Amino acid sequence: MTKKIPLTGDQAVAYAMKQIDPDVVAAYPITPQTAIVMSFSNYVANGQVSTEIIAVESEHSAMSACVGAAAAGARTMTATSANGLALMWEIVYIAASTRLPIVMPVVNRALSGPINIHCDHSDTMGARDSGWIQIYCENAQEVYENTILAVRVAEHKKILLPVMVCQDGFITSHGVEGVEVFEDKKVKDFIGEYKPDSPLLDIDNPSTYGPLDLQDYYFEHKRQEAEAMRSALDAIPEILKEFEKQFGTKYDFIETYKLDDAEIVIVVLSSTAGTVKFVVDELRQRGIKAGLLRPRIFRPFPKEKIINALKKAKAVAILDRSDSFSAEGGPLYTEIKAALYDLDIKPIMVNYIYGLGGRDIFPADINKVFEDLQKTVAAKFTLPKVNYLGSRE
Amino acid sequence: MTMIEIRWHGRGGQGAKTASQFLGEASLGTGKYIQAFPEYGPERAGAPMRAYTRISDEPIYIHSSVTNPEIVVVIDPTLVEAIDVTEGLGDEGVLLVNTDKSPGEIRKATGFKKGKVGTVDATRIALETLKLPMPNMPMLGALLKVNSLVTIDQLSERVKAKFLKKIGEEKTNANLEGIKRAYNEVKIG
Repeated sequence: MTKKIPLTGDQAVAYAMKQIDPDVVAAYPITPQTAIVMSFSNYVANGQVSTEIIAVESEHSAMSACVGAAAAGARTMTATSANGLALMWEIVYIAASTRLPIVMPVVNRALSGPINIHCDHSDTMGARDSGWIQIYCENAQEVYENTILAVRVAEHKKILLPVMVCQDGFITSHGVEGVEVFEDKKVKDFIGEYKPDSPLLDIDNPSTYGPLDLQDYYFEHKRQEAEAMRSALDAIPEILKEFEKQFGTKYDFIETYKLDDAEIVIVVLSSTAGTVKFVVDELRQRGIKAGLLRPRIFRPFPKEKIINALKKAKAVAILDRSDSFSAEGGPLYTEIKAALYDLDIKPIMVNYIYGLGGRDIFPADINKVFEDLQKTVAAKFTLPKVNYLGSRE
Repeated sequence: MTMIEIRWHGRGGQGAKTASQFLGEASLGTGKYIQAFPEYGPERAGAPMRAYTRISDEPIYIHSSVTNPEIVVVIDPTLVEAIDVTEGLGDEGVLLVNTDKSPGEIRKATGFKKGKVGTVDATRIALETLKLPMPNMPMLGALLKVNSLVTIDQLSERVKAKFLKKIGEEKTNANLEGIKRAYNEVKIG
């Protein structure tokens, strides 16, 4: 029996963490992630979990403590946002290269400066090459389910990589929605008992973590890290299948919405995809063949699925909630464009940078993008490749 | 479209966010899909703020803030003069204000000619029941009179679930009394 309860995105994470009952949580509060740490601390204080919570003095220490705990063999979690992620940066890479299956919900927020506490994806997009798996969630329901899913993904023997579960700051993290939560036992059964791979505390089988690794082996270890990320493409579908069997929700690397016969398509991550669906429904009623592609898992990059989803479209707008100054466009755009480059026939692809620092994106903005695509398809004008959507300049 | 969108205007500390959530959560209990979210700024007590509630029979996809609400609830009377509380409110819309003035006076002050205007002195009701100037719960009661989104009983259940542990039985009952009084005392014109 599932039950539907009102939760914010942050509370949904904390509720999932309560059910996961990790061995160690080391975290430092930062807006808009704060409510995760606060709610979870309540569960610890009330004795509802057996977690050892480590109240650290900074995010650098939070991730350092997580690395130590995970290497020792503990099921380990933390959570952060924006500048907090930036402060733990050094150790973020070390967690991945040490192949430690840490799960970290990240509440996406603009990186300073100028100082801003609202949503954009500049924090986690900067970490896209850190070796972490990245899952982006549309709403609180997905936040809840993906937090549970992430434990299995991180700990899978063919993967052994840390996972970020990303949600939009304030929009998702502080909005109340009805969330269907699963029975504790079903969650426990799904994640199973944690059997760490070569833990430091297994003194009968000693292992070494974090040694100096120079010209002789560093390259091979990085290539193996790349291989682990690639093999996650094969391993994740098995876990998704099990997830569906256990909880009934069918997930994939990507979500498509009215995409099969779509001529004009928007690609976007996280909560904005919901607003795009709302607009697609309106356009479809007027007979306009609009559709949506939402990558749910950005790392590993599901290249083949994205190519198959987009290859029949006439024009595609890729919306980035972070910029890569002077590059060909935002990170989502450049990667998808590169993925489609080898096709003989490919759609027109343009980029829109939107929503930086929490600038709201309305159905009218999405409508404008679809109108731009229609005009481009009709060869009425040529769009600039990189556009700024919703900027008042 | 079977979705109702509500915009709440208040000042930091008056409980607009809580009211937006209670309404959403009570509606969730009746099987509706809901969203309730505040518009965060640099929060400080007394600063104007907005919150939103969406209630729908269908799953809610949209994630932007509300621009064309069906209902606007103004929790702080001074905001009527300070900002355009009727922005985006349609001709069929409802404007509900915490004030000791009449609906006619509010129409004159806002220039809102069509739709419905409701007024209720929620601050006075809160002072008489809860002994605190917290008008948010009475405004919920008044709202249910102009639009029966949920029943008073359904709302009361939610209020009890949220408040009993937090503020005790006496204050919870005072809040429930305030809700009922505002429901009965709201003037519509």
